[in-house]
Formats: sequence, structure tokens, C-alpha cells
Amino acid sequence: MAFLARRLGAAVLLLGVLSLLSFVLLAAAPGKPENLLLGPRPSTPETRAAIRAQFHLDDPIHERYLSWLGGALHGDFGTSVYTREPVTSIITERLPVTAGLATYALILTIGVGIPLGLAAAMRRGGRLDQGITLTSLVALAVPPFALSILLLYGFAVTLGWFPVFGAGETAAERIAHLTLPAVALAAGEAAVVVRQMRAAALDLVGQDYLTFARARGLSLPRVWISYALRNTALPVLTVGGLLLAANLTGALFVERAFGLPGLGELLVTAVARKDIPVVQALVLLGGAVVVVVNLLIDLTYLAVDPRVRHGAVAS
Amino acid sequence: MLLEINGLTIAGPAGTIVDGVGLTVAAGEMAGLVGESGSGKSLTARAAIGLLPKGLRASGSIRVGGVEIVGTAGERVLRGLRGRRVSLLMQDPFSMLNPLRTAGAHIAETMPGRATREEVARRLAEVGIDDPSVAGRYPFQLSGGMRQRVALAAALAGDPELLIADEPTTALDATTQHEILALLARVQADRGMGVLLITHDLRVAFAICDRVSVMYAGRVLEQGPGTSLAQAPAHPYTAGLLRALPSVEYTLEHLTGIPGSVPPAAQVASECAFAARCDHATTRCRASRPPLREIGDGRLTACVHDTLPRLTARDVATGTLPTGSGEPLLVVDDLVKRYGTHTALGGVSLQVAAGETVGLVGESGSGKTTLARSVLGLVTPDQGRIELDGLDITRRRALTRQERARVHRLVQCVFQDPSTSLNPAMTVGATLAEAATRAEPADRLAPGDLLELVGLPPGYATRRPKGLSGGQRQRVAIARALAVRPSLLICDEPVASLDVSVQAHVLELLRGLGRELGTAMLFITHDLAVVRQIAVRTVVLFKGRVVEQGDTATVLDAPAHDYTRRLVAAIP
Repeated sequence: MAFLARRLGAAVLLLGVLSLLSFVLLAAAPGKPENLLLGPRPSTPETRAAIRAQFHLDDPIHERYLSWLGGALHGDFGTSVYTREPVTSIITERLPVTAGLATYALILTIGVGIPLGLAAAMRRGGRLDQGITLTSLVALAVPPFALSILLLYGFAVTLGWFPVFGAGETAAERIAHLTLPAVALAAGEAAVVVRQMRAAALDLVGQDYLTFARARGLSLPRVWISYALRNTALPVLTVGGLLLAANLTGALFVERAFGLPGLGELLVTAVARKDIPVVQALVLLGGAVVVVVNLLIDLTYLAVDPRVRHGAVAS
Repeated sequence: MLLEINGLTIAGPAGTIVDGVGLTVAAGEMAGLVGESGSGKSLTARAAIGLLPKGLRASGSIRVGGVEIVGTAGERVLRGLRGRRVSLLMQDPFSMLNPLRTAGAHIAETMPGRATREEVARRLAEVGIDDPSVAGRYPFQLSGGMRQRVALAAALAGDPELLIADEPTTALDATTQHEILALLARVQADRGMGVLLITHDLRVAFAICDRVSVMYAGRVLEQGPGTSLAQAPAHPYTAGLLRALPSVEYTLEHLTGIPGSVPPAAQVASECAFAARCDHATTRCRASRPPLREIGDGRLTACVHDTLPRLTARDVATGTLPTGSGEPLLVVDDLVKRYGTHTALGGVSLQVAAGETVGLVGESGSGKTTLARSVLGLVTPDQGRIELDGLDITRRRALTRQERARVHRLVQCVFQDPSTSLNPAMTVGATLAEAATRAEPADRLAPGDLLELVGLPPGYATRRPKGLSGGQRQRVAIARALAVRPSLLICDEPVASLDVSVQAHVLELLRGLGRELGTAMLFITHDLAVVRQIAVRTVVLFKGRVVEQGDTATVLDAPAHDYTRRLVAAIP
């Protein structure tokens, strides 16, 4: 419990620093929000001053930060400078698409990466291992947006199996719409997991306890599950968690390529429009996701490894 | 017969490793397989349970309970045999158990059918663990000896008829070794089980095994009852091994190792494998490969000579060790070091005089390594004082640059494992030259001279550690320590990872250095026989405290403290 309290304290501190940094950096960035808001329309100094007053742009920066922080703590992240909608509702509207994509991609990554990594390790040096290693190298080398275009052209345009654009409405539609983006996102990540899994399993094959388990005549499923999988789970979990965090916050290339109204897409537009409240909220959300995912990984470590649970090794 | 091995040959990419081994284990028999590292004994054991490492192939015949397992048997057949007919106990209790599973889970998963809590507790009691709560503990919460007991219970959980124990005590402390061996013998007798005990420790094998096979370069050179082998070896190799064994009862004048090193099995396929290192070798030995032949009393030897000039196990000329000048060189006073709540050193005081060798004996966790690291400046003690040649070196950081350089020239260290203490990327010559740059210019020795000092040809300077044997590497590590001409050498188990014939050479080398260069040594070891051969005084450390110190002879022959008595009693 002390562990959890310590970690939560650290997380809150981290998010505070992150919000402050992003607030100051965005305020210091060149370009005036009111100019972007007015666009090419002619404006008088009075209208500009009115807008600045409405958005409290002339207050000292620490006051602006504190009032923003006060709102944020109550779940109010302000209103978008551009669309005048509350930031919270913009994000909640976009979140399901990104969350769906990230989860879908993670399932593909784990579902493909772990078995292939194990298979490669078991057939070390053989044709299967070479094939898997080479394929994973190619998947790592192709950037997600290039793969997105290839997939779009092949499966959506030429073959017409999957929709080209949008996120779909019903659950079934959603799955169909997210399949190609998830594959594009998962390919490189699965390659990372394959390599991680292969290395972890190779390390395991040389361990005495695996030989000892076989020498006692344990059944194959038992050797695989309670020896091989459990002992390789930790490094792979760490990578998987970090990939999930990256998917939730940084899938913007793929979202762009497939025209998905997700958070990555939102971030790109908000930055272009200098929509500071939206950007600020997204940065904080990204930070929170990374912190929460890491906390979850640490909790999983606690659950899986008794040595961490009993404080035998430094966590 | 539970196990019948005939003409077993194991080959890898680099050629034959095991060549025509024959071996049997009957029910109720404790059979021993001894040999130095690289003799092929562990591979023979692995082959007998069908778990050869990848890339190695066995041919010949291995029958386990009448079932042939070489060639024809698939993984399914083998899995049926493993655990129920034959089981394996391995060397390292720290890596043999799954770190994520409890002791009880290891036992329960190996038992046929469902395992009840009572049954697991009964199995633990069989290996001398009377506390049933141990079943719920994880391996990292248990000591080495406890882990080895749990591993034995797990290996026996399927009630095998045959247990293969591959160096089951090598990684344990002396007293724990003794306990585990006694336990193994008791369980074997209670169950009427067959045991194949693989060990490099001749004393252990000869003391507890009914029959012993001596392996060398992939083949068996001699076979027979343990006691008669120990008394009258019928092969020059066995005699050489016995002669190389340090005695715990007296200090030998000369420690005689076997000259040369073990050849690869493939190189000596059609001659006596030992001929190149044998004093009695004749042309007959090289003409063809001598078969194992019977010489009565159930004994077999692969030596062609009928009447060897009486092979004595050892010459009993006793020697003396230099006592030093009496001037204190190293003074350790009331040293305390704590790690969290654990007290590694609880007020240790000792002295080493110039030119004197002091043995430091204790089990793992006794604080002997912390003490050595404190003297070397790798650990800063919490309390107490270390003085070296009149200089207070307790806190290295408080010393001036010149003082630190002086300390560096005063004390040097030789570690246990030469394969990790030498930089693999540097040639031997570069390593030695680098070390010599720290010496006083007048004392500086060339790499060739340093190599000669430790009995290696100067030409070895161009080699890298990979191209040397274990004993040669340890000599290089000693030469590196001598490069600054230190007054004090700290030796942390320098012969513990070496084979017995090599160990004798290295010990003799260190003794010679003590005599000729007048180098004082603080010699850390767990082996009382080694202490007897090298240290004029002995300090016994137990749980961070000195429990006994004095003349080595007095400490070993008339131990005063209970712990020392247990150590002495643990010698096989």
C-alpha cells in the first residue's frame, strides 16, 4: 500500500510539472491567438482587446495558470478558442475512436508478437526463425503511414474489402473501419514484441530451472505456461504497456491516413489553429495515460513476480 | 539394472566429446562418476535423461529401466520416463527452481495425481524440512541448502527408481555440503533407489559411493569400489588426482599437480588418453587404445601396464610455511559494516604480518568477502579502522592522491573466477603492461618477466584469455596482481573454481611466491585442506564475527569453537 501511495504521489507531481511546463511553453510560442481566431477579417484594436479580455489573455501568466489549474481540477479544461465548445466534450467525443484503435492494435500486437517470438526462439537458427526475424525487421523499417497507404490501396481501394474512410457508427462497422488502421499501427509494434519475446525466451531456454522442469517429466503445457510464459511475461509486459501508451497518444499518422476522427488527428488540428486550451488538455491527457499505464505495469509486476512483492529486488 | 550405458558416444560440431563410455547403476546402488571439468561426465548424465544440449548427438546405447533411449525414443517416451523412472538433481540451487513458483508448487506439480497439502509436507519432511510453512515460500526466500533440499524433494516427487545427481553440492558451503550428501545417502538407502552421483570431488565420491568410475577426456579410465580405488589406484591418472589432493591433516612439502592439460577426446581417439601426461607411458600406450580390463575385486582399469611401479596416493613429506617477520603489515581493528538491517561485519579485528599468509575461513554470508573489499577500498566500513603499513586506509576518499597510489602498490587482489576477472578483449601482455604502469619505475617488470614469475612461457603475452586454460588464466591474474610488487595479496577463493590437478599447481605457485618474494597474503577460502597447505595462521569468521584464530595446525587439529568443529567434521 505504501508502494501505491508513493507511486500515486509521484504521478500527481509529474502531471503538475507537465501541465506547468506545457502552459508556459505554449504561452511563450510566437503568434497571437486572437489573430488566428479573427482570421483574415479586418479588426480594430478594440475587438482584439475584447477577445483578449474574454479569454483572459492579458492577465499575468501565473494567474492564468492558476485559474486554468483550478478549472482543470474540477474537470473543466476551458473552451476551445476555435469552436467555442467545451474542451472536455471535444475530447470525449474523439476518445472512443482512439481508444478502440489502440486496444485493437494492442490485441493484434500481443496476439501475433508473443507466439511468433516464442516460435522463433524454439526454432533458433532454423528457417522459421530466420523468416520471422527478417519479417519483423521489414515491419520495423516500414513507417506506419507508408504501410497505411499500402493497405488502403490494396485492401480498401483495389480489393474493396474494407472501408476507405471514417470510423463507422455501429460496433460491427467500427471493427471493420478500424481493422486496417489497427494493422498499420500494430505491424511495427508486433515486430518489437517479437524481438523482445524471442530474446526473453532464448534467455529462458538456457536456464537451469527449465531443464530441471523437463527432467522431472512435467507436461508440455505446464512447462510452457507456468515456466516459459510466466517468466518471459515481465519484459514483454513492459514493452506492451509502453506501446499502448504510445497508441493512445501518438497514432496521428495512421489516424490522418485513414481519416479517423481520433485524438491524434485532433492534436494536429489544434496545434495548427493554436487552440491552446485543447492542446493543453491533450498534453495533460497524454501524460496521464503514460503515468497510468506505467503504474499498471508496476502493479502487474507485483502480481506476477513474488520477488518484487516481497521486496527482494529493487522495483 | 536401472541404468545401462554401453558404448555411449556424444559428438558435437567440434568433434567427439564423450567416447565409448560404459556404465551401470543397479537398484539400491550409489554409483559415482568423477572427473575434472571437460571430462564429459555432465554430458553423460544429461544423455541418460535425454536432455543433451542442442547441437549434440548421442550414439551407442542407454537403457533406462530396460527402455532404450538413444536414437529411437521420441520426446513422448522420454517424458514418460522422466520424473517416474529417472530424475535429475542439478548443481546450482539458485537457478534450478522457478523463481515465480513456491517450494510446494515445485513438489506438487511433479507428483502423479493430485497433491494434498499433507503429502507435500510429508515430502518436505523426507528431505529434512520439518516446517510445513516452507511449502508456501518462494526460492529467493530460502537459503542455498534449503533450496537444494526442496529441489531434491521435487526431483523425488515422482518416485523415480534412479536419481542422477549432477554436482549437487558444489555450489554449497562446506557444512551444508556435508548435510546434503548425508541426506542423499539416507534417502537413497530408505528408498532403495539407484543414484548416479556426478562430482569432481574425489573425496566425496570415494567416501560415499559403492562403485566409482573415473572419467577423463570423454572416456572411463578406471572403475571399481570407492574405498579400494582410494587406497590403491590402478590407473596413473587416478593416482595423479589423489596425489594432487591437498591434505587437511598435514602441510605437504610439495603439492604435485599433473603436468599438462586435458586433451580433446577427438585428438586421442586411438591411444591412451592420458599417455601424454603420464610418467609411465611407453610406446604400447600410444600404439592403440587400451580397453578397460578386469584386474579382480570388481575393478577395471584402462592402463596397459600390469605391474606399475607401486602407485602411491601421496608422498607424506611434510613441510613448513614462512611465518613472516612479525612486523604488522595489515591491522584491522573492530571493523563494522551494515547493509540495511543486515550486519555483514560485526566488529572484526585481525592482523597480517609482513611476509605471512593468513587464512580466512567462513561460509557465504560470514563477511569474509566484505572484509576483503573493505581492505581493497571497494567498500567503506561504518566503524573501525584499517591500517596498512602504518597508513590509515579506512576511508579511501580521505586519502591524498599520492597516498592512494601508494596503497595501490601495497595491496592487490586475485579473484575467484579468472574467466571473468581478465578483460577478454586485451591480450595477456597488454593486461600485464597496463598493470605494470602503476608500479614504481624501478620495480617495473616486463610482461615476459611477469609471466615467467608465475611459470608461464613469455610467448603467452600475445594470447588472449580465451586461448588459455582456467589454471593458466589464474596464473595471469596472479601475475597482474604482482605487477606492482605488492606487499599484501588478497586472494579471494583463488583455487575454488579450478580442478584438483590445476589447484595443486596454483597453490604451489602462491606458496613459492610467499617464500621467494616475501609477499604477505590474506587467503580467503572455504576449503580447510587448502588453508592447511598455504596459511600459517587461520582466522575463522562466522556471521560477521571472528570466532577463532590461531596457528592453522591448532585451529584445525583442536578446534575450540563449535562452528570450527562443525567445519572440520564436514570434511568427507
